[in-house]
Amino acid sequence: MDLASVLGLGQTALELGLTCSLTVLALFLSYSMLNVCDLSTDGCFTLGAAVGAVVALTGHPLLSLVAAMGAGVCSGFVTALLQTKMGVNSLLAGIIVNTGLYSINMMVMGGAALLNLKKAPTIFTLVKGLLADTPLAGQYELLTVAAAAALVVAVLTAFLNTRLGLAIRATGDNPDMVRSSSINPAFTTIVGLCISNAFTGLSGCLLGQMQKSMDINIGQGMVTIALASLLIGNTIMGRGGIFTRALGMVVGSFVFRLVYTIALRLDMPGFMLKLVSSVIVVLAISAPYLKSRWPEVQRRLDHGKEGKTVC
Amino acid sequence: MLTLSHISKTFNPGTVNEKKAITDLSLHLDKGDFVTIIGSNGAGKSTLFNAICGDFMTDSGSIVLDGKDVTFQPSYVRSKQIGRLFQDPMRGSAPHMTIEENLALAAGSGGWLSHVTKADKENFRDRLKLLGMGLEDRMKQPVGLLSGGQRQALTLMMATFHPPKLLLLDEHTAALDPATAEKVLEITKSVVEEDRITTLMVTHNMRQALDLGNRTLMMDSGGIVLDLKGEERKKMTVEDLLAQFKLQAGKNLDNDRILLS
Ligand SMILES: Nc1ncnc2c1ncn2[C@@H]1O[C@H](COP(=O)(O)OP(=O)(O)OP(=O)(O)O)[C@@H](O)[C@H]1O
Ligand SMILES: [Mg+2]
Repeated sequence: MDLASVLGLGQTALELGLTCSLTVLALFLSYSMLNVCDLSTDGCFTLGAAVGAVVALTGHPLLSLVAAMGAGVCSGFVTALLQTKMGVNSLLAGIIVNTGLYSINMMVMGGAALLNLKKAPTIFTLVKGLLADTPLAGQYELLTVAAAAALVVAVLTAFLNTRLGLAIRATGDNPDMVRSSSINPAFTTIVGLCISNAFTGLSGCLLGQMQKSMDINIGQGMVTIALASLLIGNTIMGRGGIFTRALGMVVGSFVFRLVYTIALRLDMPGFMLKLVSSVIVVLAISAPYLKSRWPEVQRRLDHGKEGKTVC
Repeated sequence: MLTLSHISKTFNPGTVNEKKAITDLSLHLDKGDFVTIIGSNGAGKSTLFNAICGDFMTDSGSIVLDGKDVTFQPSYVRSKQIGRLFQDPMRGSAPHMTIEENLALAAGSGGWLSHVTKADKENFRDRLKLLGMGLEDRMKQPVGLLSGGQRQALTLMMATFHPPKLLLLDEHTAALDPATAEKVLEITKSVVEEDRITTLMVTHNMRQALDLGNRTLMMDSGGIVLDLKGEERKKMTVEDLLAQFKLQAGKNLDNDRILLS
């Protein structure tokens, strides 16, 4: 493998990693901060991509980003409403919304399962136009998603340090405390999920526009992929302030894509992506548990040996 | 300041687990009252606090706080005026957030999108110094690293950051070792005295029940069986108190955490 193709691989991983890092940051807010496992992520990602594609096709690339985020907010609002006001279990709320979103997404796409964006003006073509004749012209895709990721990290960090952000974090950290305080947990959960899903929607919108095509399955398995990235990010940069941890989410997303891209080069078929992410999630979540069980296992093993020497 | 009129609460009504936790209880507190509460296990002391805070709606009766009927107010609205401490020091603060962040939540000044300012931080630091636990130099550390006593002292500070109209202490020193409990109690006394906060304190320490505050209530089977104040209370000894309990409730005071001295 020559240097150029290695760099090429790195670039693909970086672009994909940055684009999907917005979803990882969304889960950082819902899963790590609010302690809600939001299983509507797949559907919301697709919703963002669908809305973004349809609006872009009408000739409004900037509006498409806003619309995708707005659609995400609506989706998050419904998920939050189900679990805070209607007594639906939070995992179930996500699954239900996810299922319902499939029909909504098909509706948004006008019944088609695939939208072609090759001729549509997107945020990427917009940036490409702006950067034309500058030395950066060739890197317009990377620059766009990098700017998006940087912006979301900055906004999220600032937000999590506001009074509302602190209230959201407390809701996830000590529900007991929040229940007997003047914070309304229903309110913080709703706000948290709305913002989180806005990022997921934006992430989907960017991926669709970057790939210049949007198909109904674009978000499938996204929640597991994002969770895997989140857990990798936590392992690398999980200690420290909110900013470090948020940055860790972007790094985790990149590392995940890098490992995956390398695996592809080693002749792993593309359809393995989802299994790989599942295995990573299982490993990352169960490792601390298994580690805590290890002394007991070791003691049993040692005991077995002792037993033999005695007999 | 607080008036409870004929409140009742039955858990799991109509089932085999039916439990009358509070039965037709009425109570009036004046502003600045510091009332201690004693009673057997299961007498309904914690349930009374939960009712005042609005964790559940009472089955009947009304609750008036500072002239305002709060019977139907959700708990997060009432909480703005009520400070509350539990026996478990872990319940009152968020372990993965720093001392500063926890205090910022308690201070709750400014709009939803406001940040902690330099002045806020100075204020937090000054307040923490009053605890005399060296917490002012650990503001950036997560609360989870503090000891139980430090956490309870911090919770007390958070609950009284803006002097509440009512402070509810539910055996807040019971889980601490004697020396730390003493220290937290000292802090409690000074905070309550300084702002003349109307306070209800459940305790299992009979001595404390008579020494602290200006009034003592005895609870049994969801009701108040004895209400001591003034001269009568001043003359009371721990032995008298136990004898009174037996007389009023028809049985011995039975509390697994009871301390007579
Ligand atoms: N949520 C609930 N559901 C059912 N029963 C309850 C509930 N909360 C309290 N009870 C019952 O109400 C009664 C009063 O309980 P409470 O916790 O108020 O007692 P307490 O006076 O605080 O006792 P202790 O000294 O042990 O803390 C008990 O019999 C308890 O089992
Ligand atoms: Mg109790």
